[in-house]
Amino acid sequence: MRPRASRPSPLRSGTTGLPHPVPRLRATSFAVLGFLALVAGVARAQTPPATARATTTSSLPALSAAAADVQNDNGQALHVQWTAPAGVEQVIVERGSTPAGPFTVLDTVSAEGGSFDDNDVPRGKPVFYRLTGLGAHGPTPPAVIGPVVAVAQWFNTGRTNVAFFSVIFFAFVLFFLWSSRGGRKLFVRRIAGIDAIEEAVGRATEMGRPVLFVPGVQDIDDIQTMAALVILESVARTAAQYETKMIVPTNYPVPFTLAQEMVKNGFLEAGRPESYDPNSVRYITSEQFAYVAAINGIILRDRPAANLYLGAFFAESLILAETGFSTGAIQVAGTANVHQLPFMVVACDYTLIGEELYAASAYLSREPRLLSTLKGSDYMKVVIILLLLIGSVIETSFVLKNPPTQSLGQVSSPFKSWFRTE
Amino acid sequence: MQRQIPLILTGVIGFVMLLYFFVPHPFISGPGHFFEDAVIIVVAFAIVLGAANLLTFNGEIIARRGKDWPYKVVLLVSMFAMIAIGLVEGERYLEPETVFSWMYNTFYASMQATMFALLAFFIASAAFRAFRIRNLEAGLLAVAALFVMLGRVPIGNVISAHWPNGIQLPQISDWIMENPQNSAKRAILMGAALGVMSTGLRIIMGIEGSFARSGGNS
Repeated sequence: MRPRASRPSPLRSGTTGLPHPVPRLRATSFAVLGFLALVAGVARAQTPPATARATTTSSLPALSAAAADVQNDNGQALHVQWTAPAGVEQVIVERGSTPAGPFTVLDTVSAEGGSFDDNDVPRGKPVFYRLTGLGAHGPTPPAVIGPVVAVAQWFNTGRTNVAFFSVIFFAFVLFFLWSSRGGRKLFVRRIAGIDAIEEAVGRATEMGRPVLFVPGVQDIDDIQTMAALVILESVARTAAQYETKMIVPTNYPVPFTLAQEMVKNGFLEAGRPESYDPNSVRYITSEQFAYVAAINGIILRDRPAANLYLGAFFAESLILAETGFSTGAIQVAGTANVHQLPFMVVACDYTLIGEELYAASAYLSREPRLLSTLKGSDYMKVVIILLLLIGSVIETSFVLKNPPTQSLGQVSSPFKSWFRTE
Repeated sequence: MQRQIPLILTGVIGFVMLLYFFVPHPFISGPGHFFEDAVIIVVAFAIVLGAANLLTFNGEIIARRGKDWPYKVVLLVSMFAMIAIGLVEGERYLEPETVFSWMYNTFYASMQATMFALLAFFIASAAFRAFRIRNLEAGLLAVAALFVMLGRVPIGNVISAHWPNGIQLPQISDWIMENPQNSAKRAILMGAALGVMSTGLRIIMGIEGSFARSGGNS
């Protein structure tokens, strides 16, 4: 509440019983009155809308409003909704900790929107909102709503479907992991692209030229880069066995350090640590096309006989692959970036498509524990295919019963809606 | 122990980040935010390693007048020039009127555009090879590509303007893009998403042998 000069001061009432001489009491009273008048003046100057509301309220009614906790958040957001009477163009949203105030102005928003998200609310504390409509006829009387409390949720219900399928997937993986411990052999189909990697390294050995390995153009936070670096170790092992030189240009510092470790491990595992060349893994730059220019320079100057492009690629994929093609190198590519796959399929000899990139480490190692994750993925695909078939039937019958008036996407069955995530 | 600590850290942090996707409560989202911020710090330290590698690799070649050493000189001189100009100009180095911005826009942006422009020629040469009809699949690809390309340019509208509605070139192009193309793309994406999950799970569980071994040797 805004302090008012007319309110009886506890200080003044408290001072009336004291045995001070009259002149001193008068002087003190004047000082207190002067101070209160100053405070009131400052407060009035700081809250012009509140003063304006109090003095020039229009005939419009107050806004009808409500506030509620935002669900599935970390307890720092509240959603305020209102219905504005005709003539109200803007709404001043204020927040306070008591219904009497003081209130802090959060924002002045268009009344048409009908809502405001307050995303910086103290967690677990009751708050009040004061909404004042503004229009051509002046401000409306303020509407105070509350108390409302922002609460943190323990589970994001908008992601129930993801959690459900993640649990199924993990259950499959754990089952096959357990099965592999019991000695059960897991069949994995042949992946020509991965088999071709050894062939490519062998060809480079025969020609006495290096093997170029490009682990994509993304940082380590992209799982494709992780998958590429895991494959790098297997390639390094093969290259070490064949005593073939490797060139691994990297474009981010963290993949650079990991690539160094992977190549070193590969040479160690092959029993040829002395053949490891620390300069085989190079940091180039994080700039996309500067990195591509450097790799093109390596391809054209050093003429690698095998080019392996595995990881996340974007516009540079065709520039790399076509430059490699022009030198006659055998090229194996792999990415999960769907938009770059056509370029790689056209310009490279073998391409690992999407999931094959992630399967490569398990496929190359034949480690039962790693293969169990592939089997889990395969069974999950069966579940997805069944759901697609069931969903097609349900969705078609629903649309036939509830024909859309405008477009096909206008209606959707609860089955389909359940698969949407927040 | 040297091998186990990195594996335990990977497992715990990976599990927290997995929960972070489902649990918005600060008990989980707090550590989740912290780990996200920590990545920035780790990357900042790693940049020093990258720059050191760049310097030693190229410096050695220059020192022994190795193959293509003049290019290495250009690289290092450019790198130090940009670092020096950025340091001299301080916090405002990215503003439009600075020397740093002028150098970036005049030299680097032009060279970057040149590299990107090469793509047009490479697409032409790759398309030439892709559309050679050697078997049934290549034939289907070429026919589909012909419809899509014609349907996306004005001449396609002119050619098929008087064809029956539903089989005009833009409509055929849209049908190919929305149905066979989209379904194939989504199938690949679903497979890739499962691949991402299985790779993540292998790393969190510490069964991705390569990472386990690298933890031990580092």
